[in-house]
Amino acid sequence: MRVIDLKKPVAITAWSCVGGKKEKEGPLAAGFDMLSSDDYFGQQSWEKAETAMQKYSLRSLIEKRKLNARDIDIALGGDLCNQITSTGFAYRDYMIPFGGMYGACSTMSLTMATAACLVSGGVVNNAVVGASSHFCTAERQFRTPLDYGGKRTPTAQWTVTGAANVFLEREGKGPFITKVCFGRIVDLGITDANNMGAAMAPAAVATLTEYFIHSGKRPREYDAVYTGDLGLVGSRLLKQMMEKEGFPLENHIDCGMVIFDNEKQNVPAGASGCGCSGCVLAADILPRMAAGHLKKILFMATGALLSTTTTMQKESIPSVAHLVEIVADKEDL
Amino acid sequence: MKITRNEYSDMVKKASPNSPLAINCLWAFVVGGGICVLGELLYGFYRNMNFINSDARLMSSITLVGLSAFFTGLGWYGRLAKKAGAGTLVPITGFANAVVSPAMEFRSEGLITGVGAKMFIIAGPVIVYGVLASVVYGVVLYFILPNMR
Repeated sequence: MRVIDLKKPVAITAWSCVGGKKEKEGPLAAGFDMLSSDDYFGQQSWEKAETAMQKYSLRSLIEKRKLNARDIDIALGGDLCNQITSTGFAYRDYMIPFGGMYGACSTMSLTMATAACLVSGGVVNNAVVGASSHFCTAERQFRTPLDYGGKRTPTAQWTVTGAANVFLEREGKGPFITKVCFGRIVDLGITDANNMGAAMAPAAVATLTEYFIHSGKRPREYDAVYTGDLGLVGSRLLKQMMEKEGFPLENHIDCGMVIFDNEKQNVPAGASGCGCSGCVLAADILPRMAAGHLKKILFMATGALLSTTTTMQKESIPSVAHLVEIVADKEDL
Repeated sequence: MKITRNEYSDMVKKASPNSPLAINCLWAFVVGGGICVLGELLYGFYRNMNFINSDARLMSSITLVGLSAFFTGLGWYGRLAKKAGAGTLVPITGFANAVVSPAMEFRSEGLITGVGAKMFIIAGPVIVYGVLASVVYGVVLYFILPNMR
């Protein structure tokens, strides 16, 4: 693993996100482009609903940046559904070259980091990246039917119903992606699929540590270090481990702990899902950077690379974390 | 990484909140007990309607299953179960919920490949091992109670 210093910083020129009912009741509601009280988004199935959500987000992005879909050079995206159908299906009405990427809940930073390299290197002029998750598609795929009477364990995180997109360009007024760091797979033997935060925290530590060592940066140089969806348990573990590694984090914010009001909305362990980090980025982080409230941050989404089959075969959960450094102004480079 | 798998396992145990055992048990006792009381009331009702003993028992079970299926359809059973846990899982109503909820969920995949194929995805193992256990029980009974031969 190494830190990729983008010779030409990549401008983030537009962002958009769409959420469902619980997100509408959450503290970040004002930052969303669209929120639906109907988690079906007017569709017949949950999978169709997730695709619809992505399309709403994409349309919003295209309108905001006053783009023509034909002018988009490449789209990279993914979600949690088998064969990432939500994303592939969302792009079938668009004439945009598309590559699907699976990084579980790390998808947002995985696609951002990849696209940033392509744009910075001059391979493409611009790229749209995105990720989505839907509580209901995730529950029925990874857990039990929605109306099944089961108790959630206190460590189980709540999958965000949301889709987010970000538009990257060679030129623009920023914020800018300046460095990226692709994570390696880390597995410390966690087998409990209801404790994803614990499974993913070591991957977050590995990427952050490598990043700080090889970039020479220190955590206090950043206004905030954002992780994707470690939730309550994962965040605790991250802090403890980073201290042991010699890089104590004082400005850590986990997207899974800010998208909902954990106590009021009854999600004690926090949120998760590809849409979690994506929506927090587009609804909260980037608007605050554009407004000058945040100057320099790290954004690192974490993903647990398990499937229902590997869980049934009693495999432990390998995880990964990809990091991007975002700065608000070119003067801060 | 300066940490071993064993050390990490201990850290995770410390960092993960435990289930509130006392409150969970209380909920399970009250709700589970309530469902059983309802069963007794139904049994009394059917006895009063002059059903014979075995029929009255059967009728009260069928009524509980029907009610559970109905309330699963309304989404109420799942909501109660989030609090009640084993209290709604163990009685016969929990079994009905385990069959009805996937049947509803997989309607979008069609009546054959969805509802038909997935209906017993949760209850299936219970049926398989339930039948197996009763066979074993029958064989044991056959040998320890010779007068049943």
